[in-house]
Amino acid sequence: MSRSFSLGGIHPPQSKHTRALPVEPFPVPETVAIPLVQHIGAPAVPVVAKGDRVKVGQLIGRKEGFVSANVHSSVSGTVVAIDELPDMGGIRRPSVTIQVEGDQWDEAIDRSSTLVRECALAPQQIVEKIAAAGIVGMGGATFPTHVKLSPPPGRKIDTLIINGVECEPCLTSDHRLMLERGEEMIVGVMILARALGVERSYIAIEENKPDAIAHLGRMVADYPGVEVMGLRVRYPQGSEKQLIEAVARRRVPSCGLPSDVGVVVQNVGTALAVYEAVQKDKPLIERIITVGGEALPRPGNFLVRVGTPIGALIDHCGGMEGGQKIISGGPMMGRAVSNPAAPVAKGTSGIVVMPDAGSRRSKERDCIKCARCVSVCPMGLEPYLLIKMVRMGRSDQTEEQRILDCVECGSCAYACPSKLPLLDFVRMGKGEAMRLRRQRQQACKRCD
Amino acid sequence: MDNKKLIISPSPHIYSGADTQTLMRDVLVALLPAFVVSALVYGQSVIAVTAVSVAVCVATEWLIQRYLIKGPSTVGNLSAVVTGVLLAFNLPSDIPLWMVFVGAVAAIGVGKMSFGGLGRNPFNPALVGRVFMLISFPAAMTTFPDPLLPAGFDAVTGATPLSALKEGLMSGAPLSEIVGQFSYRDLLLGIRSGSFGELSGLALLLGFAYLLIRRVITWRIPVYVLGSMALMAALLWGVDPSRYADPLFHLLTGGAILGAVFMATDYATSPMNHRAMAIYAIGIGLLTMIIRTWGSYPEGMSFAILIMNAFVPLLGKYVKPSRFTRAANDKSSR
Repeated sequence: MSRSFSLGGIHPPQSKHTRALPVEPFPVPETVAIPLVQHIGAPAVPVVAKGDRVKVGQLIGRKEGFVSANVHSSVSGTVVAIDELPDMGGIRRPSVTIQVEGDQWDEAIDRSSTLVRECALAPQQIVEKIAAAGIVGMGGATFPTHVKLSPPPGRKIDTLIINGVECEPCLTSDHRLMLERGEEMIVGVMILARALGVERSYIAIEENKPDAIAHLGRMVADYPGVEVMGLRVRYPQGSEKQLIEAVARRRVPSCGLPSDVGVVVQNVGTALAVYEAVQKDKPLIERIITVGGEALPRPGNFLVRVGTPIGALIDHCGGMEGGQKIISGGPMMGRAVSNPAAPVAKGTSGIVVMPDAGSRRSKERDCIKCARCVSVCPMGLEPYLLIKMVRMGRSDQTEEQRILDCVECGSCAYACPSKLPLLDFVRMGKGEAMRLRRQRQQACKRCD
Repeated sequence: MDNKKLIISPSPHIYSGADTQTLMRDVLVALLPAFVVSALVYGQSVIAVTAVSVAVCVATEWLIQRYLIKGPSTVGNLSAVVTGVLLAFNLPSDIPLWMVFVGAVAAIGVGKMSFGGLGRNPFNPALVGRVFMLISFPAAMTTFPDPLLPAGFDAVTGATPLSALKEGLMSGAPLSEIVGQFSYRDLLLGIRSGSFGELSGLALLLGFAYLLIRRVITWRIPVYVLGSMALMAALLWGVDPSRYADPLFHLLTGGAILGAVFMATDYATSPMNHRAMAIYAIGIGLLTMIIRTWGSYPEGMSFAILIMNAFVPLLGKYVKPSRFTRAANDKSSR
């Protein structure tokens, strides 16, 4: 039996209806609104002004501090506004709005499709190029990649894991990327390995994508140190801690980072972006997105410019037929969209339109103590107990019950026959437990 | 993109089809083979006892929910029906129906609703009802019609295998002779006397397989209960086969399979993680053997389950699931 993580897990319906649809370039919209914060960390500072003309790939926001990321224009045209616009959840974010005129690319970008295999840059130069290109984790976490590639001094990284698991139902963007841009992605893996100084890299793919495993498996023969590893299908295998356990048989400690066990994880989309940035001088301005879900007449996989409105993607795919819920990301961990005018960003892996039937939550009933939430939890927590503690206002006890270990995969809420909003309350409890922990640490500092 | 109203909620956005009613319905389906065997062996009295037990259980829950708790009706989740069937399965088929009525009221009224209903009761309601009846009506609860006699002789009572064992040993009969009255084939098929749900090991195992396929329960509790029983029986048997019955005899008698598969696995009254489940289930197996071997009752499954039910909250507090990682300041888990 092939590898997987050890505790819990579920098997939601895969619904990967777009798996066989090749990636199509999505038409460039008339205007784009590019958020200056598409990453975890400080917002980028705008370096263009209203009225400026910009080209595709031109820097429009400079990263502010180390944990931040550059932002580039995804279109050519005129900057018409620099202001705060609501994101998909309605929160106002600093954004640059550009009126599109033509499609003129920055001359420095190599737009040919010739594969450039060799990379002789020093690790530091690679990291600088990645930082300049504004690359962030494209699996959805959007952590700036150059930060991940700069582990704290004294931490030896010996394994690079490339996440091609795509365990979320409905999403097929990583699958298509591996099939259509496989070799470029593998060169990206070699570059990442070089930057980190690691000998072994694993491209981890779940066995529901045998074509991708076979395709990349044949290609990695030419790339020493890179191995393709098939994993038994199980959600949440794409979660970083579970993936590291499945591939490297190491467990990231509580509240720790992958670098604590000598591992760095990058998404396949990130690896491709790294290839383009380092070998082709192309910043991160577009990405592959699955637009799918049962309520969409013509779903597909598209190469979309950052800043394209979510609504434009849905309209292009035939509009919402009866659907009432839009999700950015997958159905298990994605976020519900309240503002379809909001743009797609570097971390948008998919847009899923849910059918009416699946949009509403069922009525909550009494817990029958069936223990499903405990047995499916990949972190070995007791969600039924945590929700009880949070509801009773006993957040002081939740940290001891390891609430901060929760990876928010939602397996507990998925499995619950009484439809308890388990993850909602665990999230609330996590926030409260973090607050109590900070308070305690401050109190300790005062005593010192 | 037209401006229609969108639904917003935190993740996850999809849910498994599992719900309480479906789970309970699956339990009822799993009990069906045993019910059919009992009806074939004992006739229509089985249907009457089950019908009264289920009707009184459901009515008691409905009345208490409506007039005492004053909450929305919960009978739709079918858990009271399951309790009714399980209580009936633990009774002799010729028990007077008014006694069934009393037992069913005790099961739901005392065993379940007095704690607030489904999920809050510490003790298995069907067993609360059964033990209540065992103490209140000891004679009626321990005499069983003998299915091996032709019709018309139903006044004659047959000994259950375990009571035959206990009484036989006390009167000094050799063990081989006592056990020899019962063929394992008949025990497996259900041609013997006893509480009517426990008759056929085969029918109950069929139900077990169905519960596993439908993922209503896991294999853990039944296998640990029966395994620990078999192990202890094998040890005793190995020490002195002329005084202690063999493991297979113990597994096929006294409601061992009924208890292990359908009663010990009751959600509300069994532990919530694999480690605690193992302790709980092994406790049931060992206590059952202890009561059967040295206690004054011939069978011990009901008492063993109720005793271990009492430990479930304690197990829940101190026996934690296997965690993904050890906490920095915690040495107990992992």
